[in-house]
Amino acid sequence: MQALFGQLLVGLINGAFYAMLSLGLAVIFGLLNIINFTHGAQYMMGAFCAWFLLNKAGVGYWWSLLIAPVVVGAFGMLIERTMLARLYKLDHLYGLLLTFGLALIIQGLFRNEFGSSGMPYQIPTELAGGLNLGFMFLPKYRAWVIIASLAVCFSTWYVIERTKLGSYLRAATENPALVQAFGINVPRMITLTFGFGVGLAALAGVMAAPIYQVNPLMGADMIIVVFAVVVIGGMGSIMGAILTGFGLGVVEGLTKYFYAEASNTVIFVIMVIVLLIKPAGLFGRER
Amino acid sequence: MLESPGALDPRTYTGTGGPLLGVSALNAWYGESHVLHGVAFEVLPGEVVTLLGRNGAGKTTTLKSIMGIVPRREGSIAFEGRETSTLPSNRIARLGIAYCPEERGIFASLNVEENLLLPPLVREGGLSEAQIYELFPNLKERRKSQGTKLSGGEQQMLAIGRILRTGARLLLLDEPTEGLAPVIVQQIGRTIGRLKSQGFTILLVEQNFRFASTVADRHYVLENGRVVDMIPNPELEANMKKLHEYLGV
Ligand SMILES: Nc1ncnc2c1ncn2[C@@H]1O[C@H](COP(=O)(O)OP(=O)(O)O)[C@@H](O)[C@H]1O
Ligand SMILES: [Mg+2]
Repeated sequence: MQALFGQLLVGLINGAFYAMLSLGLAVIFGLLNIINFTHGAQYMMGAFCAWFLLNKAGVGYWWSLLIAPVVVGAFGMLIERTMLARLYKLDHLYGLLLTFGLALIIQGLFRNEFGSSGMPYQIPTELAGGLNLGFMFLPKYRAWVIIASLAVCFSTWYVIERTKLGSYLRAATENPALVQAFGINVPRMITLTFGFGVGLAALAGVMAAPIYQVNPLMGADMIIVVFAVVVIGGMGSIMGAILTGFGLGVVEGLTKYFYAEASNTVIFVIMVIVLLIKPAGLFGRER
Repeated sequence: MLESPGALDPRTYTGTGGPLLGVSALNAWYGESHVLHGVAFEVLPGEVVTLLGRNGAGKTTTLKSIMGIVPRREGSIAFEGRETSTLPSNRIARLGIAYCPEERGIFASLNVEENLLLPPLVREGGLSEAQIYELFPNLKERRKSQGTKLSGGEQQMLAIGRILRTGARLLLLDEPTEGLAPVIVQQIGRTIGRLKSQGFTILLVEQNFRFASTVADRHYVLENGRVVDMIPNPELEANMKKLHEYLGV
């Protein structure tokens, strides 16, 4: 029983990261129509940003949660303005290739500099230790990751689906030219949205640092699974990205308990089945 | 072909200064294809002016050029005396021009109310939400419905209604009566009349000149991307034969 709950917890933790990362991808894809392959690298940059802040500037975890997304998000906006913006008139494939190339470059640079072994990042003292729930031991930091990620995901959903700002985003996703003709600065909105999506990846990176260590390849490993999550959930659906992320994390955890041999492949098996039955994804609309 | 719109009918002249909108030597392209060839016309403050012409004559492209949403345009477009042909569309909208597209452009991911409140206010003096619901009572009942679940007529009312809030003084309406039942066409006609009496200036694209004649002060005729004639509304009857030729009806 202990082991089942343990795997469930691991699944929820992984699911929290899948959800945050696929949410960022979905937000970006919705408005920019670009599959951001740099997302994994930006997640890794978030973790490195936190590591640098701690080890070179003595700035701790809590400030990093704020600073890293802003720094990495600003880097994303720079990429959008100087590179991606030139590609919007071309086929989507070009944006995908560009971000893929950038991901390889960024990962290569970090790997040259830091090798491929992980560097530890301390759990903040406030969240060290854990709680004995009777049926299992719950590390405080992991509980925090799950709660914080749920809060971030659902606030994002709320802003997009229920507020005025979100109505601009949804409308611009459908018909950017008309939204701009109503007086909205759509290019700026696109840049900020990209920055926000990238910032979400960096935030996930900071939250991941104490759990998975800080490693130049952490994003490359993660992003392959996240793309499968996105394919299963369907591109462009905000709630779909959140639910699929958490759901698949849990499925993965349960598989580890019941049939460990399949735990690394179960998500990809589900992806194949979903692609065959509902190519647009569980929550996707056919375009 | 009219190089300049020439003398204007004094009966329709309501402003004292220059035209609210002056278009001259307007050229527009979609990629390689050159669609507008020196379009020229003007709209005075408070006027309802139509652009008539066959399918493909360039009416929609003219409105899009004014709004700044064609891929490439050249020539002069002056709004309140200010050149706008080099501005991006969001800046043009902020000057007080609002656009109701031919395909209506109702957003499926927004409900009726969100669609209505989407365009930001650009000036003082727009209609309030309540006034718009008074003008189009159907919309009020369906406030929480998905925008694209409305009937064609209701979607057209929504598309017109949402640009009345913004305070824009010049409304560009692209075939608002296209494909609608006669009762609804009448309702839209009455709405245009009311808007005119409230001081809105309207540039209306129409293929239905019978409808146009009930609302407009003057008509410009477009053919192959050029303005080929200007007919004041009172002279429409006398020019019926010519008009039938222009429009091929
Ligand atoms: N997006 C487009 N790409 C290429 N050609 C277009 C496009 N839109 C319109 N055209 C062409 O431009 C000409 C004028 O079209 P339009 O302004 O829509 O005419 P109207 O509104 O008078 O029916 C037509 O020949 C049409 O085929
Ligand atoms: Mg047209």
